[in-house]
Amino acid sequence: MTGVVLALLLVQGVGADRTKPPTLPPPPALKLPAVRTATLPNGLQLSVVESHKVPVVDVSLVLDGGAARDPADLPGLATFTALMLQQGAGRRSALDIADETAFLGAQLSSSAGFDVATVALHVPTRRLAAALDLLADVVLRPSFPDSEITRQRELRRTQLLQQRDEPVLVANVAFPAIVYGAAHPYGRPLAGNDSSVTGLSRARVTAFYGTYYRPNAARLLVVGDVTLEEARRLVSARFGGWARGDVAAASAAAAPAPTPRAIYLIDKPGAAQSVVRIGHVGPARDTPDYFALQVLNTILGGAFTSRLNQNLRETHGYTYGAGSAFSLRRAGGPFVAQASVVTAKTDSSLIEFLKELRRIRDEAVPAAELDKAKQYITLGLPGDFETTAGAASRFRDLLIYGLPLDYYAGYIDRINAVTAADVQRVARRYIDPDRFDIVIVGDRSQIEAGLRALNEGPIVYRDLWGQEIP
Amino acid sequence: MTTRTLSRLALALACAGASFPARLVAQTLRVPYEMFTLPNGLQVILHEDHSVPVVSVNIWYHVGSGDERVGRTGFAHLFEHIMFMGSQHVPTGEFDRLLEAAGGDNNGSTTEDRTNYFEDAPANALPLMLWLDSDRMGFLVPEITAEKVDLQRGVVQNERRQSYENRPYGLAEENILKRLYPPSHPYSWPVIGSMADLQAATLEDVRDFFRTYYTPNNASLAIAGDVTPRQARELAERYFGDIPRGPTVTRPTPPPVLLTADVYATLEDRVQTPRVYNAWHTQKAFAPDDAGLDVLANVLAGGRSSRLYRRLVYELQIASDVVAFQDGSRLDGKFELWVTARPGHTLGELQRVVDEEVGKLADAGPTVREVQRAQNTFEAQFLSRMERVGSFGGKADQLSFYAYFVGTPDYFQRDLDRYLKVTPADVQRIARAYLADAHRVVLSVVPQGKPELAVQPGVQP
Repeated sequence: MTGVVLALLLVQGVGADRTKPPTLPPPPALKLPAVRTATLPNGLQLSVVESHKVPVVDVSLVLDGGAARDPADLPGLATFTALMLQQGAGRRSALDIADETAFLGAQLSSSAGFDVATVALHVPTRRLAAALDLLADVVLRPSFPDSEITRQRELRRTQLLQQRDEPVLVANVAFPAIVYGAAHPYGRPLAGNDSSVTGLSRARVTAFYGTYYRPNAARLLVVGDVTLEEARRLVSARFGGWARGDVAAASAAAAPAPTPRAIYLIDKPGAAQSVVRIGHVGPARDTPDYFALQVLNTILGGAFTSRLNQNLRETHGYTYGAGSAFSLRRAGGPFVAQASVVTAKTDSSLIEFLKELRRIRDEAVPAAELDKAKQYITLGLPGDFETTAGAASRFRDLLIYGLPLDYYAGYIDRINAVTAADVQRVARRYIDPDRFDIVIVGDRSQIEAGLRALNEGPIVYRDLWGQEIP
Repeated sequence: MTTRTLSRLALALACAGASFPARLVAQTLRVPYEMFTLPNGLQVILHEDHSVPVVSVNIWYHVGSGDERVGRTGFAHLFEHIMFMGSQHVPTGEFDRLLEAAGGDNNGSTTEDRTNYFEDAPANALPLMLWLDSDRMGFLVPEITAEKVDLQRGVVQNERRQSYENRPYGLAEENILKRLYPPSHPYSWPVIGSMADLQAATLEDVRDFFRTYYTPNNASLAIAGDVTPRQARELAERYFGDIPRGPTVTRPTPPPVLLTADVYATLEDRVQTPRVYNAWHTQKAFAPDDAGLDVLANVLAGGRSSRLYRRLVYELQIASDVVAFQDGSRLDGKFELWVTARPGHTLGELQRVVDEEVGKLADAGPTVREVQRAQNTFEAQFLSRMERVGSFGGKADQLSFYAYFVGTPDYFQRDLDRYLKVTPADVQRIARAYLADAHRVVLSVVPQGKPELAVQPGVQP
């Protein structure tokens, strides 16, 4: 090709300039779907986000019956109560509910985290009314038959046994148990444990349900191919008769006193990898540092190019992926840095983890890295609202934590306002390497000597539940 | 399916093997598209959807673990990882950094039949996405180094540890495949490959593989989202038009495989409770009976209203879970059925009930309601899949999927129609032909030192 022709092509924009990334036009403006609300006379708050591109509707009912409400003697009650909603309700048996849900092409789930219980429905629009009949039955009229309580309790007993085989699940239970201890609700396993499962009874489930499953302490979110008027009509007809109840505000348990750094070893003989969890108690969702923490975590371990993943995966090849998270709940949830690393590099991995967790405190983040993280968060936000389930997840957070429904309109500006100094300040405030609980589930015979040689803290043996070994 | 990063793995698994039918939709499902082929052979598929200001780019290369040779298993997936390590104009690490700075995400995945790569980002980032993707299609070889190969070899070996070796029952699948297929058949090994073969891969293997398979004439590019077809076409031509065509690709087409006898095997694993796996040869993707096999799987084990869940988990309470699926691929299909025992029960007890229930379906077929329930369930999944342009299983990926398997990108409604046509009599015939009257692999995974819990060959007592 002659130079003249090439130049002509470039002028016409046909050939690509590969030597540098293309200059991009400005990003599209954030167009958020509108939220409209209505409150039923019994106090049930309804929020509707209309989206008519696909004939489906996503419904979530958020209830103030999370596992932080579990009695100290019965961890697992909140998740078990949520599970039991579907095991018989109104005139429908457990099998009827399963059959009718599937026949409607609906997905119906009921589960509990620490802060709330959630009953969720995803269904084609044309089956919405019938599916809401089902939803109303399981939420308002669960029968909790003794036979089904026994059946599900025995199934859970088996699942708790099977959980021992999954090193990641073991770590996910043991880490909070070690960080919080049994006196704090966040230290107890969501599904309970081998001994508590025996205490799951009809009386305990009925009492928990009667106390916390109340309209005035619930939020109903409908996202999809329906209008507010239609949703209000459908919901009022089914949930209007739900009786109010006094639901006391959740009292936040006091965080445990911080302890000096230690390495807790949970033996998993023959394990090909060590599952690593490093952290301590972190802030609550209502922290004024929320936006700075989002930026901090994106830089540290919240994206593929974050420091932890780049170091442990892309530089050293010790793992398939490393990351970090702040679990922002009503009370201070855990901060954790984590990865599954090849057994032979467990000690080397810990060195790199600690290096990154100290560096984010000690050095200001360079401008390019800060900008990348902020852009990743802000420019990626519109995509979160693409599907009904995605939008529901975003709006549910606002309902759970009592945030204003126009919260996302200001989100981008608040992320953009975060400075390198803010990131360093919150890193120093919320990440404290001297207080880390380092929990490792792995083959003790292969990893203990190397970990000991690091001299990063005493080695403490724990069982599969994170408890002291007698 | 084996993916580049774990974050989207659950999603990927939810979409893999998904297929879908209906009764509820009044309108016909349509995904309008434009399709053309560049002079270098690259197939381009464009779909416009302005509902959200995002765009997705999804490239399918027509190569997977089914194209590997003995001694180099796992190579197609290892190569997928190397595609992110930089190309001539994109220094190592910049692929991800530039995309994230533009608000985008990406991932890749490998199956037996194909390897795909997607980027999802705000619509203004489309030129960047195409610049990145075209650079690695056209200009990867000069940048491949032994260090990069070694590094991703380590990552992939850790992926194998994390997803297979360090998980209970994680080695079951490869133990099934090697009994279902002869060693020469490329489906006889798993996509992730073996540790030894991953270790053996050389720099020259990587270069050869790229030159053979990573050519525009062996790929399709789908662009879907908030962009006009005219803009998308111009950008596709600009970035991909000058990449030279490669050699014509020939792919293995091994003869069909049938088991001539039942095969029993036992694997001891670090598990608390034993699990039995049954596997049968069935039909390829989109072959007759492929959709009917999906319906059969749903009737047998799709959720808590299915026959096997009801018998084994709910009524008899001897199992903790049951799974069944049809997996139709390019060269062959298989049907798998797994049941996990509760403590105190042998796999023989479970297997007897499995055989009873399969026998009942083969003798009397399912009810009309059971088939409708399956159809409604599939149809709803299908609708939800229409909500997204990007990621695994979004519209861009599906357009490429249909283009690859049936030659028509907008095959959504016709795919759905396959399921709507399935009758109870079809399911009965299929249960008999492919399961009850066919030979199978029966793999028992039992706790170490407990071989007596395994299924014994022959009729279960």
